[in-house]
Amino acid sequence: MKALILVGGYGTRLRPLTLSRPKPLVEFCNKPILQHQLEALREAGVDHVILAVSYMSEVLEGAMREQEQRLGIRISLSHEKEPLGTAGPLALARELLTESSEPFFVLNSDVICDFPFTDMVRFHKHHGKEGSIVVTKVEEPSKYGVVVCEAETGRIHRFVEKPQVFVSNKINAGMYIFNPSLLCRIQLRPTSIEKEIFPVMAQDGELYAMELQGFWMDIGQPKDFLTGMCMFLQSLRAQHPEKLHSGPGFVGNVLVDPSAKIGENCTIGPNVTIGAGVVVEDGVRIKRCTILKGSRIRSHSWLESCIVGWRSAVGQWVRMENVTVLGEDVIVNDELYLNGASVLPHKSIGESVPEPHIIM
Amino acid sequence: MIQHHIEACAKVPNMKEILLVGFYQPNEALSRFLVSAQQEFKIPIRYLQEYAALGTGGGIYHFRDQILSGGPEAFFVLNADVCSEFPLPEMLAFQQQRGDAHSFVMLGTTANRKQSLNYGCIVANTETCEVLHYVEKPSTFISEIINCGIYLFTPAIFQHIGKVFQKNQQELLLEEGSNGWQRAEVIRLEQDVFTALAGCGKLYVYKTDSFWSQIKSAGSAIYANRLYLSQYSQRHPERLARNSPEGPSIRGNVYIHPTASVDRSAVLGPNVSIGKGVTVGAGVRVRESIILHGALLQDHTCVLNSIVGWDSTIGRWARVEGTPSDPNPNDPYAKIDSETLFRDGRLTPSITILGCNVTIPAEAVILNSIVLPHKELSRSFKNQIIL
Repeated sequence: MKALILVGGYGTRLRPLTLSRPKPLVEFCNKPILQHQLEALREAGVDHVILAVSYMSEVLEGAMREQEQRLGIRISLSHEKEPLGTAGPLALARELLTESSEPFFVLNSDVICDFPFTDMVRFHKHHGKEGSIVVTKVEEPSKYGVVVCEAETGRIHRFVEKPQVFVSNKINAGMYIFNPSLLCRIQLRPTSIEKEIFPVMAQDGELYAMELQGFWMDIGQPKDFLTGMCMFLQSLRAQHPEKLHSGPGFVGNVLVDPSAKIGENCTIGPNVTIGAGVVVEDGVRIKRCTILKGSRIRSHSWLESCIVGWRSAVGQWVRMENVTVLGEDVIVNDELYLNGASVLPHKSIGESVPEPHIIM
Repeated sequence: MIQHHIEACAKVPNMKEILLVGFYQPNEALSRFLVSAQQEFKIPIRYLQEYAALGTGGGIYHFRDQILSGGPEAFFVLNADVCSEFPLPEMLAFQQQRGDAHSFVMLGTTANRKQSLNYGCIVANTETCEVLHYVEKPSTFISEIINCGIYLFTPAIFQHIGKVFQKNQQELLLEEGSNGWQRAEVIRLEQDVFTALAGCGKLYVYKTDSFWSQIKSAGSAIYANRLYLSQYSQRHPERLARNSPEGPSIRGNVYIHPTASVDRSAVLGPNVSIGKGVTVGAGVRVRESIILHGALLQDHTCVLNSIVGWDSTIGRWARVEGTPSDPNPNDPYAKIDSETLFRDGRLTPSITILGCNVTIPAEAVILNSIVLPHKELSRSFKNQIIL
């Protein structure tokens, strides 16, 4: 089977991390975001993944060659010269997608969940129509576009954008499976699959919704990245508790790379991911944070709801909170307070940031 | 604050007695302080309570018999709300050099032009140092020499204050519909006495370049603390903490009371005072702060630009931080601005002050805030007065 992943542009919402590397390669819970998807797709029998990208990146290409080797699958990059929306990239990759007559997957690259790809194939074959989309329940449907469908079969009636009165609590989760015949509906021009293609398919009775079990998060921006991390670690607790770190000084779900070093008298967790080669010195308190590869957190610092970029250094007695994001190779001097700071790569911070601010 | 005044007075040869004059109701803490200060400095010290706030001149006039008992040739008058090197022997020597045993001496220092308007301004004869003109808080620039609120008087000063008293009494009699609250006894040394004495060959200014600052608010206490610590480093280095293998890391000038318990992994300074019976836990950082007696700083706390009140507790990994309000460091004559708490309806960022017996929970941050006594906080606060 084949899958097309809508990678798109530079990932501006996840700046400053995406200033240093393409978003699919940013580690989420110690694994590149894209690798979570690739591994789940291969598990479901996918042997060819097409990445729809709107920029060319040697780093991304190199990483994909490595993943091809590692996973034993084929990975192609389909490069759009101008932005084509969420449907146009399918038309661009038409030749690759029609190499066989099997259904193919399409997914947004920002989504994290317990990927239900095997269930999707079963569901799709069961109803036998042109397309299936995964939906997930949300608490406040009025913020999203919702999907109204038949409870028994999942057949979609209609889509309602930001409903003011309750019609449904299910939203599009950004994961689809289609028959190749779908491609007849799409032209090679900027098109939104959600707004222009799906409503027509629903009218034709060709689109069905499968409800997702378990957690789901769009991790395209730092705040949601952290929320998604909490959900992922909780899911890891249920499925592979042995992968989580425990012991004195560790609270709740904490993921620590084996090459990381943690000092004495620290309290880490709940909901912390510590990357490869990270050094956490003595007496540090970390909760609800991702510390990326090669960083150092010096003694007695306190971190909550932060992402610390690769090879950054956080000084002693630093306090960072409220979705502070450090880009790559940032230095935070001793005793500073960062509240909601977004710090661009290679910066050295010498003054506190008491209110949320971008530091350039 | 006042122990520094007492220490300076006790060092003056032939000092017989120290009188504290105030409108403040005496209490146990004050009595305890008087007993221990008398033992430490081996000099009689008494507190005299005014029956009403009588102003800077009225207080000493009211207690003139107490002041003159024992027939002193001269006496010093010091305002309590200043910190200074207190060059009292120099003022005495200066008076004797003048050759006039009945002249009065005020301590003056240099301010910048703008800030001089907040003080009493002195115009003096450059050779004789006689005060030619004196104005309290003028609205336009008069002089860069300002009054430090430290004086050397002879008993003759009471004749001059007495004249003001009589004048006040006559004016009150003449004034119709007096509301009864004005008193002839309320006399201000600055406006009522010095302005009249200026140019009469009686009042002289002794100018000092040593440190001096007003302590009008708790916010200036951190600056005053720094000035006194720097004085200690020059005059009494033995009073300051030093780095040792068993003790905490010391950076710059730090005072630690001998009864305080400080973990060796703590890092203190510069400009930190740790009071009696204070406990400082492992991995604590304190900079530019005053920790008053009985306070407890738990492990990994960070205290910057703050005053931690008596018996307060700061939980693990909490951060207590203020914004320094120091005088302009590039102007040698700059003084600390008498801060207004609010500007344009907003609390101006200043040092953080915790009243006595305040509890800060673990991992909270208290930023630019004032916390009233006996508060047990349950979360973080920023830029607030917590009543």
